[in-house]
Amino acid sequence: MTEEIIIAGFGGQGVLSMGKILAYSGVMEDKEVSWMPSYGPEQRGGTSNVTVIISDERICSPIISKYDTAIVLNQQSLDKFENTVKPGGLLIYDPNGITREPTRKDVNIYKIAATEKAQEMGISKVFNMVVLGGFLKLKPIVGSEFIHKGLEKSLPARHHNLIPQNEEAIEIGKGLIEAVHTL
Amino acid sequence: MANLDIVKPENLVYTKTKVLTDNVMHYCPGCGHGTAHRIIAEVIDEMGIQDKTIGVSPVGCSVLAYNYFDVDFQEAAHGRAPAVATAIKRLNPDCFVFTYQGDGDLAAIGTAETIHAANRGENITMVFINNGIYGMTGGQMAPTTLVGMKSATTPYGRRVDLNGYPLRITELLATLPGTYYVTRQSVHTPANVRKAKAAIRKAFENQKLQKGLSFVEICSSCNSGWKMTPVQANKWMEENMFPNYPLGDIKVDGKLCENITADRLVLDHPLTVVNK
Amino acid sequence: MAKELKLMKGNEAIARAMIASGTDGYFGYPITPQSEVMETLMAEKPWETTGMVVLQAESELASINMVYGGAATGKKVATSSSSPGISLMQEGLTYLAGAEIPCVIMNAMRGGPGLGTIQPAQSDYFQSVKGGGHGDYQLYTIAPSSVQEMYDFVFDAWDIAFKYRNPVLILTDGAIGQCMEKCYTRDFIPRWTEEERRQHAPWGTWGKPANRSHNIITSLELESSRQEVFNQKLQAKYREMEEKEVRFEALNCEDADYIFVAYGTSARICMKSMELARAKGLKVGLLRLITLYPFPKKQIAELAKKVKGMLCVEMSAGQMIEDVKLAANCSIPIEHYGRFGGIIPSPEEVLEAMEKEIVK
Repeated sequence: MTEEIIIAGFGGQGVLSMGKILAYSGVMEDKEVSWMPSYGPEQRGGTSNVTVIISDERICSPIISKYDTAIVLNQQSLDKFENTVKPGGLLIYDPNGITREPTRKDVNIYKIAATEKAQEMGISKVFNMVVLGGFLKLKPIVGSEFIHKGLEKSLPARHHNLIPQNEEAIEIGKGLIEAVHTL
Repeated sequence: MANLDIVKPENLVYTKTKVLTDNVMHYCPGCGHGTAHRIIAEVIDEMGIQDKTIGVSPVGCSVLAYNYFDVDFQEAAHGRAPAVATAIKRLNPDCFVFTYQGDGDLAAIGTAETIHAANRGENITMVFINNGIYGMTGGQMAPTTLVGMKSATTPYGRRVDLNGYPLRITELLATLPGTYYVTRQSVHTPANVRKAKAAIRKAFENQKLQKGLSFVEICSSCNSGWKMTPVQANKWMEENMFPNYPLGDIKVDGKLCENITADRLVLDHPLTVVNK
Repeated sequence: MAKELKLMKGNEAIARAMIASGTDGYFGYPITPQSEVMETLMAEKPWETTGMVVLQAESELASINMVYGGAATGKKVATSSSSPGISLMQEGLTYLAGAEIPCVIMNAMRGGPGLGTIQPAQSDYFQSVKGGGHGDYQLYTIAPSSVQEMYDFVFDAWDIAFKYRNPVLILTDGAIGQCMEKCYTRDFIPRWTEEERRQHAPWGTWGKPANRSHNIITSLELESSRQEVFNQKLQAKYREMEEKEVRFEALNCEDADYIFVAYGTSARICMKSMELARAKGLKVGLLRLITLYPFPKKQIAELAKKVKGMLCVEMSAGQMIEDVKLAANCSIPIEHYGRFGGIIPSPEEVLEAMEKEIVK
């Protein structure tokens, strides 16, 4: 199993930490992982993305241009990464602020209204976990017990009291994700 | 009576300290380096710290200082001695560390390292030989060359409009909170040698206190570079260097000395030397 | 500190490995994309645990000379920087090589020339292995291509540095520095005791005891005949390194018709390109260079007898290819493919270049 994922959105949406939690969960499940952020001016321009690869084998390149899954959380990211999903792959987007819907017919497309839901429930801080939950519903590449361990490892000890809230958000995400176009 | 007849222990009035090696110094006759070396070596000997002293030599006339001091020594890249000494001291805090640098090394190419080592309050001793000229490369302008003073690269005398002012880095360093002792001495008379040696001793003793950097400038002559006899050079130094570079303590035990007024620190109009 | 499995950035791995490998001092100056090295060290406060000294210098010029001063006392002293900072350090590096001072320097390469970009590049190859500073000297140059290697190579670097009394350059780039991967950390090696330091560095300036003559660290020799003898000694040392210390990884080279030659981030990309090629039925292998100096000349010469062509992939305009061509004696087609200025090539375009330029 090798899953190559790009997660992209605005800075502040928790894109990097979502990738880190996913990667750490993979480590806990004894898988090979890599986490490669965009850095530098691109980051300062307000958008942020990270490539996460989880595999049973040695990972070739942490930097790739085609992905099994793209998780895009704003319009710029959808525009930039829609065409990088491998045919038959998965595209997940949050409809909040989206003015141009994805158009590809050769990939599975799902949407998750995580921004809206998180605001409604007053849990904006764990918005990214709602999205992660949606992804894990479709591709359970790491077990939930390892997600728990991943949260423990990637959050500083002073934030460990927030783990239950994070896990709750993941569960909410699993129920929230809906198909737009499937193969 | 043959000369050798008087070489008897009871006639001995002076002997070279064992902290200097037997190597013959390459310095020009009349140069202050030999005397400066000797008083540093004597202080190391008298303090009994030969086995704990690490010296750093510069690029310049004293590049080969390591051949003359019988202590462990490093030869630094041009201007970098304060950075080199910083790490030696940080990693070997029980050692006594000193740099020995000329005006080009310390106050031109190495200005940044000098100021930052002083500003960090490194517990080292810096000995600064200021003779207002680049001796080793053949008498070019130094940052401390006086206004009007001739050199190989200021053949008609240093011009403020072209070359800027003589840099009084010693006064500048005294204003930094990281310096604990800042003084200017000379070694051109026996009385001055005694004072300079006391200053060197204080600068080394201060390392035990761990209160900051000790800086000893030795205003020195360069009779070869100045194209004078040693005696002329000493006289010229008294008449021209000292008014620009007044001798004496500037900062002692972390405090500016009482006679160091703002006017003394900031010399608005450096005195011009007319035709050396 | 015991062994542990952690997810960490390459830059963080360098810092943690320094602490774990008994490094005595780190002197650095912030520059993107490797500032996390000093940031990690400062956050870890190793001076409270191992006694390691960490200091932010006023410039790279100062930090490399602090390395000189500290390392010349026989202690393990390191620094890190990125391309423009490494350029500033060249004077210090040639002095370190000339005075035969063991030390470790990490360069997280970014795109140049000049201030360039902060994005990853591999355009400092020539600077790293062909001198950089003045004079005939070599830095042992080792190129990690994973976070684990970033960690492990710090340990290896100390062994080589002291074995040969030579500076070691860990040549990496912003991508590996910023990338997070699994990393197995090691048991801490304590910093050397006073006794051990004297044993490992009898030449060090740590204070002259009565029973030895004074140790002098210098690269100055005014007598040319003696300077020549010294240079011959240095060259003999380099030949010994070339003989004994070459490192590389050959992947799928046994049955390969075509070979990628790459190091660091480019090698990782080539691994993917190789996977794509094999899926298409192309017999492609990868020679991943680990040491860039000493360069695996013999291995390339042997491979050149077996394969039909080589593609050198480097995030530069083509620097490493010169050494590959020399080693292969231009006996087979050898081409370069590279992106530069901070652009990382995709595995697909690398494969396409292989098909276009070499397979044809």
